[in-house]
Amino acid sequence: MRSFSEMLAYMEENGVNLLEAILENEAAELECSTDHVLQGMADRLETMRRSMDDGTRKEMHPKIVELDAPKMRRYRMERDPLSGSISARASEIALSISTCNSSMGRVVAAPTAGSCGMLPGVLFSWEEHQNPEGNLLSEGLTVAAFIGQIIAERATLAGAEGGCQAECGAAGAMAAGALVWMEGGSADQVFQAAALTLKSILGLVCDPVAGLVEVPCIKRNGMLVSLAFMAADMALAGIRSVIPVDEVVDSLYEVGRSLPPSLRETGRGGVAATSTGKAIAAKLRESAPSLEG
Amino acid sequence: MSLMEIIGPVMIGPSSSHTAGAAKLGNVARRLWGGDIKEATLYLRGSFAATYWGHGTDRALVGGLMGWHPDDDRIPKAFEIASESGMIYHFKEEFVDGAHPNSVRFVLSDGDRTMEMVGASIGGGSVRIQEIDGFPVDIDGELPTLVIFHRDKPGVMASITSELFRMKLNIAQMTLKRKARGKDAMVFIEMDGALDEESLKSLEGFHHAYTRMFLLPPAREEIE
Repeated sequence: MRSFSEMLAYMEENGVNLLEAILENEAAELECSTDHVLQGMADRLETMRRSMDDGTRKEMHPKIVELDAPKMRRYRMERDPLSGSISARASEIALSISTCNSSMGRVVAAPTAGSCGMLPGVLFSWEEHQNPEGNLLSEGLTVAAFIGQIIAERATLAGAEGGCQAECGAAGAMAAGALVWMEGGSADQVFQAAALTLKSILGLVCDPVAGLVEVPCIKRNGMLVSLAFMAADMALAGIRSVIPVDEVVDSLYEVGRSLPPSLRETGRGGVAATSTGKAIAAKLRESAPSLEG
Repeated sequence: MSLMEIIGPVMIGPSSSHTAGAAKLGNVARRLWGGDIKEATLYLRGSFAATYWGHGTDRALVGGLMGWHPDDDRIPKAFEIASESGMIYHFKEEFVDGAHPNSVRFVLSDGDRTMEMVGASIGGGSVRIQEIDGFPVDIDGELPTLVIFHRDKPGVMASITSELFRMKLNIAQMTLKRKARGKDAMVFIEMDGALDEESLKSLEGFHHAYTRMFLLPPAREEIE
């Protein structure tokens, strides 16, 4: 499937809901059962769950940043976070999992390693808040994966190709869609949430300091989770994107292509090119063992 | 891309291209080699050479050479475990015109034989094997693959394919290349099914025109 509009047409034609349509299509493509597809998503969710607290462990050693997830945990225990308790918890989980990734821990790339904290952050904080019944979380992840599929098909999920909008931006759109589905929204509202998210991160650059997945990546994961909640709220409130979601994805690709190479995962632009960014990179280069020529 | 590819792979961080892809390349090299590796020299190219340390590319490559997969928790400790097991490894940098920015050349040896393999990490944890013993190839390492070096002469391909037919193995993709007429040639055959040990032996003794043969067995069955 190449577009969200194609999906809406398929649903209407076959009289199925969004989840059923996604599962049917994937099962047909892979020649397996729909149960098998959903089980695969449930397995991924459990792997994510296991890495949830890894980034708060003392043996985690990112090369540049400190462990930030415990700070967010203490803060939200002490007072009501301004951004809301669910957002703050999502941020804590996202920081933790992204830190785990930077420290050579095990993660699920969702859709990429650089954006691996966002979906688990949003999904598990929502779960703690809403106490859902059944396997609603696996369903949400399936819907998220479908949104990622369309972005991969029409645009890209690689920072080197499309900037961070294609990684953390895509993860945010996927998470927003999952939230709308889990809250009982319609397929159209799911897609509106994805469109609203992507429109507000359009142009986000990929500018890793020293080329490492740490600065600004980890905190960007911890920050952009909040966007998913707002997009879901707006979509559930009935707010619609004037530009249809398929066209928004196309524009993401166009914007990505027009970003100069320095802003596409080369570590040569954005915050990586600041004096502090360059100093960190130089210091790290010194501490790396040298290769024989 | 499948839904499992979008939400995946499960991997040791931090980078799908520089860590997960590197582990996979090492793993493919080991499978092609066909056993424990005594000594390996790894020539890093491009971005692999520039940022290997920060991404753990070196540890992932060594872990892969020990047969580990990209989600193996032991990758951060790959050097320590390799040293304990007696595997010797060296890292070097090399500059090759037109090389893929994330690529590496492996030279594996055990005293009796050597093998050289060039592979690239092409993004999202996927890899391409680009060269085996100086011959250009294009193998993604997902399917069982037979690599046969032989002397260019009539009937070699027919003998290989008829043997595969006898084993009821379907060929997914096949490429034949030669250096010059009547000289060294090489074929790589990606198959839907795996050869078992016995079939491999029968193929080994099958034709005197073979000089060398490698089998890339399938990776482990995916956990999912």
